[in-house]
Amino acid sequence: MIRAAIATILALMAVPAQAIEIQDVTSPGGIRAWLVQDESIPFVAIDMQFRGGASVDSPDKRGAVNLMTALLEEGAGNEDATAFAQAVEDLGARLSFSAGDDTVSVGFQSLTENRDAAADLLAKALAQPRFDDNALSRVRGQVQAVIRSEATDPNSIAAKEMAAQAWGSHPYATSINGTMDSVASLTRQDLVAAKNRVLARDRVVIGAAGDISAEELGLLLDRILGGLPEQATAPLPDPAELQLTGGTTVIDWDSPQTVVAFAGPGLPLDDPDYFAAFVANHILGGGGFSSRLMAEIREKRGLTYGVGTGLATGLYGQTWQGGMAGSNATTAEAVDLIRAEWARMAEGVTEQELTDAKTYLTGEYPLRFDGNGRIASILAGMQLIGFPIDYIDTRNDKVEAVTAEDVARVAERLLDPDRLRFVLVGRPEGIESDPQE
Amino acid sequence: MRHPASRPAPRLSLALALTFGTALSSLPAMAQDSGPMPQGVSHFTLENGLEAVVIQDTRAPVVVQMVWYRIGAADEAPGKSGIAHYLEHLMFKGTDTLAPGELSQTVTANGGSDNAFTSWDFTAYFQRIASDRLPLVMEMEADRMANLNIRDEDWQAERQVVLEERGQRVDSDPTALFMEELNAVLHDNHPYGRPIIGWRDEIEALTRDDAIAWYDTHYSPNEAILVIAGDVTPEEARTLAEEHYGAIPAKGQAEPRLRPQEPPKRTARRMEMSDPRVAQPRMIRAVLAQERDPGAQQEAAALTVLAALLGGSSQTSVLSQRLMMPGTALWAGASYDGLSLDRTRFTLSMIPAEGTPPEEAEAALDAVLTQFLEDGPDPADLERVKTRIRAQEIYSRDSAHGRAYEYGQGLSTGLTVQDVSDWPAILEAVTAEDVMAAARQVLTPQGSVTGWLLPAEAPEEDATAAPPAAEPAADPALAEPAEQTEVQE
Repeated sequence: MIRAAIATILALMAVPAQAIEIQDVTSPGGIRAWLVQDESIPFVAIDMQFRGGASVDSPDKRGAVNLMTALLEEGAGNEDATAFAQAVEDLGARLSFSAGDDTVSVGFQSLTENRDAAADLLAKALAQPRFDDNALSRVRGQVQAVIRSEATDPNSIAAKEMAAQAWGSHPYATSINGTMDSVASLTRQDLVAAKNRVLARDRVVIGAAGDISAEELGLLLDRILGGLPEQATAPLPDPAELQLTGGTTVIDWDSPQTVVAFAGPGLPLDDPDYFAAFVANHILGGGGFSSRLMAEIREKRGLTYGVGTGLATGLYGQTWQGGMAGSNATTAEAVDLIRAEWARMAEGVTEQELTDAKTYLTGEYPLRFDGNGRIASILAGMQLIGFPIDYIDTRNDKVEAVTAEDVARVAERLLDPDRLRFVLVGRPEGIESDPQE
Repeated sequence: MRHPASRPAPRLSLALALTFGTALSSLPAMAQDSGPMPQGVSHFTLENGLEAVVIQDTRAPVVVQMVWYRIGAADEAPGKSGIAHYLEHLMFKGTDTLAPGELSQTVTANGGSDNAFTSWDFTAYFQRIASDRLPLVMEMEADRMANLNIRDEDWQAERQVVLEERGQRVDSDPTALFMEELNAVLHDNHPYGRPIIGWRDEIEALTRDDAIAWYDTHYSPNEAILVIAGDVTPEEARTLAEEHYGAIPAKGQAEPRLRPQEPPKRTARRMEMSDPRVAQPRMIRAVLAQERDPGAQQEAAALTVLAALLGGSSQTSVLSQRLMMPGTALWAGASYDGLSLDRTRFTLSMIPAEGTPPEEAEAALDAVLTQFLEDGPDPADLERVKTRIRAQEIYSRDSAHGRAYEYGQGLSTGLTVQDVSDWPAILEAVTAEDVMAAARQVLTPQGSVTGWLLPAEAPEEDATAAPPAAEPAADPALAEPAEQTEVQE
């Protein structure tokens, strides 16, 4: 195709160099943050990530960090849930709180004109949350509703089973939401304890972008985080050891389609082969319509609406995983194809596949930096992982350096179909769980 | 949508996933001054009738190209449901000079992403890519506007993909099945009652000839809107548009989009469905409501403010205050999207709290609505909603892509660029009286459909007679903004 040739030539020309300048800011109170200053829109976005996340839950209080995080916006200081929310809305500010496996994430967006007042509200939410009884029982009910919904959702059922098989006694093995029972037993005291386990100044990494100077940001961060304790009371989570074995687990579910989840060993971001795996994943199943799995399973055979893979690089444990859904009658065929493609990666990739993957991955990278909100969270994420401040400038070189041999080597090391676990939720025809299960 | 959504992360956060409605979110925006056009926005029309909107944002070297066709599922002939969406899939299957899949592959090989989506009123295609590649994606998008070539060997496999899409989005999801049927009940006569993706047996019967006929009739520059957002000047955009789209001839005059309308409604209709896959009872009540019309958006603005007052905040809005805070409902909300060619929907939805029977929860909701109709909005609440709307306008400038949606959806549902630009000021002018007039239109049993989706015990192992979920079903999310799959790293 002539057009493909033109595209390749275009792609070899460098995408415009990044004009992103990151400032390393230290506040008068000693809080560090990375900042991209841009005055074109009169607001600032700040992303604060507290390391440890829900994985610092005390084992007998599973769900405490998640419930605590959800209650941070439900009243603080002298203001109950309604009064607090009204105050935030009166300023046109946006505060967000969410818990995950690796971090508790706090988002702050404020118009420049109301910045200090909005910061004071967030400071209050972080340092003096009320955890009122009525808010506690209301939000507890919402979390329990999520737990119930997940129990009847085939995607959640599959993910939960995979996590349980993968992570043994590590917190990764169970849901951050906790169970109906564990959430039912949580008290206000447990929430206070959970907050002290994770929300502390020694745990936070911060990215900021928008209409604010380095000096103003420093003062603002002291204002927001000054009321938090210096140190968290719980240690950071231990690394998780992957317990996953190869094989198939079928969970009966009355539906015309089967949800297919699959996972094998992954690798951490600081692994020397990480970028080789990143490129390999794009070719195997990460690249949408360009990927081998989409070509074989959707484009050639119409067996699914979508199939994909990804490197799940948790800070404390990693897998290489994927998923799809398809008719019960053809699930067996699709699973065989996934297994075959998983194995075929070790035979190597073509130069064309390698070149296409690299031009996509390097070309896509600068497109991510297109807004204050997005930039703030990228900056926080880089610090969370431990990347250097100049990572953005060197990252594409690392992608470019990947060779076909590197891809084959990492595939040989990790993409072993005998270590691949399938969890199937549905009524797939002709497939049963492994006999020993 | 042609590409699948990325799979949700294994763990849900607290947010209850309760999307009853499916429309594109269209966040109201405030003009920063009363000038004719918001900052960075301009527009022009080519001689062949192609209308173009340019939204300049030079902060990053990125551009989004969207082409919106003024044709959607509600324009389909009876018996051919799903053809608009099926053709959307087939638009990726090549042209006289592009091989099947080559457009997407070329975009990807250049670091970009692409997707498409279909709704009742429009079908849209977009690419997001480095701004120096804009000519490349324009050339390819223009090519498939004029030269689509659906190969004989491709159309059946793609129909199978659409059936799998329906299986995944609808047939496997009791909420989606229920919403599909509720929507059909709400519309006796208007084609909005049909699912965007189509009824299963009708999708199965669609052919290549159907697709070609649909394309030949409706894909034409005078039926399309081009939106370019990002790092591009209006002059560059116009030059490129002339170069790539200017030579494509219009296929005759654009036909007026006249669909069968709904007759007056006199009754309150009710429906109920039980399914073992439903975790807890949910209620949805829908009623037809005035949409945004060119030059006449006041009632729609009042309905937008009404929805925000009733359900826009889970701590402060009326339903939260009166139903969630006292522990009657776990969740209660209101939604309305005025970007629609014909009459749209105003919906209320609720999940009763554990221990509150559905009928008790519904009675409590009715009492709250009756009280609201007597009292009207609290002035402080109204002011707070407007503050939020004003702030939202500033935040929304952070996403050129989001603004592109707003103009694309507005123009493809019959509005002018001026209407879309005027909207923030019209929202700002809404009074308490306007809100009450709107409330009297939609908070009434007459013409409403109230549905309850209830849990059911799973059948015993040997009691096999349980019916297989419901009938073919629903639409939900074809019109949601397409997601970009994030590469984890």
